[in-house]
Amino acid sequence: MMSTLLDVQNLWVRFPTRNGVFDAVRGVSFTLGRERLGIVGESGSGKSMTGRAILRLIRSPGIVEADQISLEGQDLMKLSEKDMRAVRGQRISMVMQDPKFSLNPVMTIGDQIIEAYRLHNSASKADAYNKSLEMLEAVSIRDAERVMRAYPHEMSGGMGQRIMIAMMLIPNPEILIADEPTSALDVSVQRQVLDIMDKLVKERGMGLIFISHDLNLVADFCDRVLIMYSGRIVEVCDADKLHEAKHPYTRGLLNSLPRLDAPRERLEVLERDPQWSEAPSVSGSE
Amino acid sequence: MNMLEVAGLNVWFGKNRDRVDAVKGATFDVGQGESFGLVGESGSGKSTILRAITGLAPNWSGTMTLGGKPIGKKRPKEFFKTVQMVFQDPYASLHPRHSVDQVLGETLHLHGFKDIDARVVKLLDDVGLGQKFRFRYPHQLSGGQRQRVAIARALAPEPELLLLDEPTSALDVSVQAEILNLLADLRNDRGLTYLMVSHDLSVVGHMCDRLAVMKDGEIVEILDVVALRAMDATHAYSRQLLEASL
Repeated sequence: MMSTLLDVQNLWVRFPTRNGVFDAVRGVSFTLGRERLGIVGESGSGKSMTGRAILRLIRSPGIVEADQISLEGQDLMKLSEKDMRAVRGQRISMVMQDPKFSLNPVMTIGDQIIEAYRLHNSASKADAYNKSLEMLEAVSIRDAERVMRAYPHEMSGGMGQRIMIAMMLIPNPEILIADEPTSALDVSVQRQVLDIMDKLVKERGMGLIFISHDLNLVADFCDRVLIMYSGRIVEVCDADKLHEAKHPYTRGLLNSLPRLDAPRERLEVLERDPQWSEAPSVSGSE
Repeated sequence: MNMLEVAGLNVWFGKNRDRVDAVKGATFDVGQGESFGLVGESGSGKSTILRAITGLAPNWSGTMTLGGKPIGKKRPKEFFKTVQMVFQDPYASLHPRHSVDQVLGETLHLHGFKDIDARVVKLLDDVGLGQKFRFRYPHQLSGGQRQRVAIARALAPEPELLLLDEPTSALDVSVQAEILNLLADLRNDRGLTYLMVSHDLSVVGHMCDRLAVMKDGEIVEILDVVALRAMDATHAYSRQLLEASL
């Protein structure tokens, strides 16, 4: 068995509303080793909330509850907000969906990456500059010196996302949480960004949590997949066996995709069974 | 007869130094009752073609004919009775403070219909929403329901040609299946012609009879769906796109 990096047990995310408490994530448990773990589901299934809850990035009045979220034996639930800041970025990093909203529009890219590096390492400006250049080159950005001087609006979506990845990887975290990192990108660019992430994860022996709504992408890219429905995990399977998944929800999702190699008159429409959201969450622990 | 013919279409934005040629010499035609797809990556000019047809991109040259009649700089009222557009983002294309009834009622009124009440009821039934949605506001609807309202609005003037700009890219796959089925049913029932823009080749492969692959504002190849399924693209870029989407 692989060494466990992250162990999440019985995670709940609740939002008190005027009409009672809304549970976005309902008792999810899973572990992450040095592997690529995919979390798939539709919008509103709680997949992004799970990712954010690990970093305790749920904004008030949202509440995160868990028996434990342990990062190599250290329970993140028990840390103070100050200690938590040392975990974010340094040990667990997160790449968000849209580079347009994640980069500071009034700072050059170079300054932003240097800031990220110097926040976690005591390095001189010159060292930080060289390290940033190196990182940009690692994510296959040509002409890195020009990019360092540029502002985010001068970058395309694909480049912006690669810059985000560079910035997240520069403190050398143990775990990378990628929340729909490629959904804002074109298919051709998508591939490149995934290849870069894959290479970096392998080289550095990181754990990756890859959150996506795209079943085919996850089947292709990850090692293991958790399928979420209304805040719970309904099925866990190996990514290469995703197409043999058994749960009717997973099957429904797979069948509703149009396919080039299997043309059909009509697409299958998912019939939702209220029982799916009642069944207890499946454990995603290895 | 062809529903729509486009020949040597150029579309540009800005002028002098800032001029961007978004579409360069696009030529294609869409037959009566056909479903034609435009694919390519972002910035390839596929949506701009739709915008030029409806008059949302004012700077264009070349010829476009609709049902044999040339489209001029100024579009007559009948044009908008024949051509309607469904936009990409159902969250942005509906007025947040107009109820579904107002959205559809106003469209019908603008097109000079008298029996508005009966038509709103019929439109809602046609797109599978039903009566209980009639007095709801957009924020009370899910993404799929909003897209159904947007389709109902486009159907209101009883058009012959629907321009679909990424109609399902903002939706979940299960909802995408519902909307694609609805669009297929509507085309069968009403003999509509579709011109559909998408970056998703499998969606276009499912919906369309023929498609044009665009790159940097130019159409590099026109394929039929049989060739697409057989991965039988001749242009290097289309092949690359096909491989990336498998």
